[in-house]
Amino acid sequence: MTLLYSEVEEELRAAVRALLADRCPPSAVLARAGEGPAHDPGLWKALAGDIGVAGLLVPEELGGAGATPREAAVVLEELGRGVAPVPYLTSSVMATKALLGAGTGAAAALLGPIAEGETTAALAVSLATSPYAAPPDAVRAADGVLTGRVTAVAGADVADVLVVPASGALYAVETGDADVRPVVSLDVTRPVAVVTFDAAPATLVAPDLASLRGALELGAGLLASEQLGVAEWCLTSTVAYVKERRQFARPVGSFQAIKHRLADLWLAVVQARAAARNAAEALTTGVDTSTAVPVAQAWCGSVAVRAAEECLQLHGGIGMTWEHPLHLFLKRAKAAEIALGTPGDHREALAGPAGLPAPA
Amino acid sequence: MTAVTVDEAALKERAREFLAGHDPAAMERLEFLRARYDAGLAWVHFPPGLGGLGAPRGLQVVVEREFDGTPQLDVGKQGIGLGMAAPTVLTFGTEEQKHRFLRPLWTGEEIWCQLFSEPGAGSDLATLATRAVRDGDEWVVDGQKVWTSGAHLARWAILVARTDPDVPKHRGLTYFVCDMHAPGVEVRPLRQVTGEAEFNEVFLTGVRLPDTLRLGAVGDGWRVAQTTLMNERVAIGGTPGRRGGGMTALVAEAWRARPELRTHDLHRRLLELWVEAEVTRLAAVRLREQLAAGAPGPEGSGMKLAFARLNQALSGVEVELLREEGLEYDDWTFRRSDTVDFVGRGPGYRYLRAKGNSIEGGTSEILRTIIAERVLGLPAEPRVDKDVPWKDLPR
Repeated sequence: MTLLYSEVEEELRAAVRALLADRCPPSAVLARAGEGPAHDPGLWKALAGDIGVAGLLVPEELGGAGATPREAAVVLEELGRGVAPVPYLTSSVMATKALLGAGTGAAAALLGPIAEGETTAALAVSLATSPYAAPPDAVRAADGVLTGRVTAVAGADVADVLVVPASGALYAVETGDADVRPVVSLDVTRPVAVVTFDAAPATLVAPDLASLRGALELGAGLLASEQLGVAEWCLTSTVAYVKERRQFARPVGSFQAIKHRLADLWLAVVQARAAARNAAEALTTGVDTSTAVPVAQAWCGSVAVRAAEECLQLHGGIGMTWEHPLHLFLKRAKAAEIALGTPGDHREALAGPAGLPAPA
Repeated sequence: MTAVTVDEAALKERAREFLAGHDPAAMERLEFLRARYDAGLAWVHFPPGLGGLGAPRGLQVVVEREFDGTPQLDVGKQGIGLGMAAPTVLTFGTEEQKHRFLRPLWTGEEIWCQLFSEPGAGSDLATLATRAVRDGDEWVVDGQKVWTSGAHLARWAILVARTDPDVPKHRGLTYFVCDMHAPGVEVRPLRQVTGEAEFNEVFLTGVRLPDTLRLGAVGDGWRVAQTTLMNERVAIGGTPGRRGGGMTALVAEAWRARPELRTHDLHRRLLELWVEAEVTRLAAVRLREQLAAGAPGPEGSGMKLAFARLNQALSGVEVELLREEGLEYDDWTFRRSDTVDFVGRGPGYRYLRAKGNSIEGGTSEILRTIIAERVLGLPAEPRVDKDVPWKDLPR
């Protein structure tokens, strides 16, 4: 086991970071945000197809790269650092994992094009679904068609195919056969939508919901790495700003009140990196996920929010303007805190593993 | 002894070979430890001839595994020697000093203490006033030191003293090894909030030290002390325990044993602290992995900060959890104590002793400033004392 980054992981990071720096610096993301859909299809095509991130988790025999959650976590760190408006978490992690665990030919047939970046998928569950809650049952399946309504679905607006839990099984539905209505969302770079199925034709991809649980767990565990990336951008940008910004004839970063806050935040980010790496490692080996994932999610979810809030406060007035991109990170952090279980949900899930039973 | 190419397998074999020839059951403890030192299996990252093999620091665990069940060091009493004096002697000592001091330091034949802090120089250590005046081949030391653990047991001390009051404070310091048996060294126990005396005050009156006990150049004491302090912070904060161990285990034990005391409020706070303890442990594991490749860096300061906060919060929750029993205290007797006994003592002691965790070895405030300036590169606060001769500073 190692919590450090391998050479291969650092190479992957460098490739993703270079592409994002070139194609979608925060200023470019900002220009898209609030002016219609934030999604950047050109960037997604380059990331998914050219760099090949879409197929990282898909085995080679199914057309993917056969990499592990450790590599996917590094991609998510970079996407978080750039609040990149691409459906990596929703398509290449969550929907992909649900199909990978399905074990049917229908699922395997979908995975090839997803791994190639030709098809984008989304898991039709609320982004606020906790991995510890009862499986969602908003959609009914009967006679090969689906009926029902799912709220707060992330990535559905840009998906070609939806992976839908319905009546205790998993189905695939072409997005064109469902009604997808984007909602004005808190997180402008990962908006959610209401998805309605009205006798939508569907293909059975898994006879039960076992793979759904794995997809939610993987999503939660790797979301911690995205949150780490968000927190890192906020810390780095704030440190750079307080070195430049002068008041009282000194850089404001020379005041102890500010230095000490940033030192505490740095420590929280150091801990977040260790926790996120540990979750990615656990998800790779399959050992200890029931502790490593909730620990990472409970910590990183809160740290990303704290980093973004500190970032805004320590930028002073400019931090409150639309013009500065930091609000994109605050919105992402706050929405991601709710995504796939709140920090409180994850802490509660640790009562068992920690041996700290709740009061009677 | 010549340097050998040392990898995990070679170390394992070397340790096994040593153990085959040295049965700890058939030898005196000290004899065994001396032989282990001489075989280069004491601290493997030290150079050959000085208890090591010049191996990567990270391979120490391999040796420790092989020596499990054999006579061990007393890390409580030897902590300052092993964690602080040894790396400093290794970095700045002459060959003669290294060979004189390191072997008995490691085996525990000679205990070390630290003469740094003074009543007037805590966080601002560089302002210290203990004087060392040169007299031929000797130095004459006068002053008062405080917070010296183990001074009553120590054979040697690492000492920082002022040798030039006419230059700014950081430049006029020199680092010495102080002979604790020399005439003029007086050690008095210092009673603390927990009731007992873990530390001492040390009064130095006309103490004569030969120049051969100087460590590093005259006037270079601040730089030498930095090595000691960096290693201290690693020693305090950098050792990852097991999951849910340490102070967490003590509170969790009380929680499990006493279901009638559980409340939802405490449950929420305990789970939060459990998570914080776990991410801190993971960060320490990660730091250890980084250290295996290089030397201690300022990240160690972060670990100490985290452990201090956790120990204080967890011990506070434990006292609160216990309600009526939390009103009791195990023992206020004024007596000497050589170790911090978080496990053997009661919750009240743990709560009070943990308060020192954010003061000893650099206050949490100083550590935050260090992190801000050395890790994050934030500008220093304006300093009024930097270029003023020490003797002209307001006191």
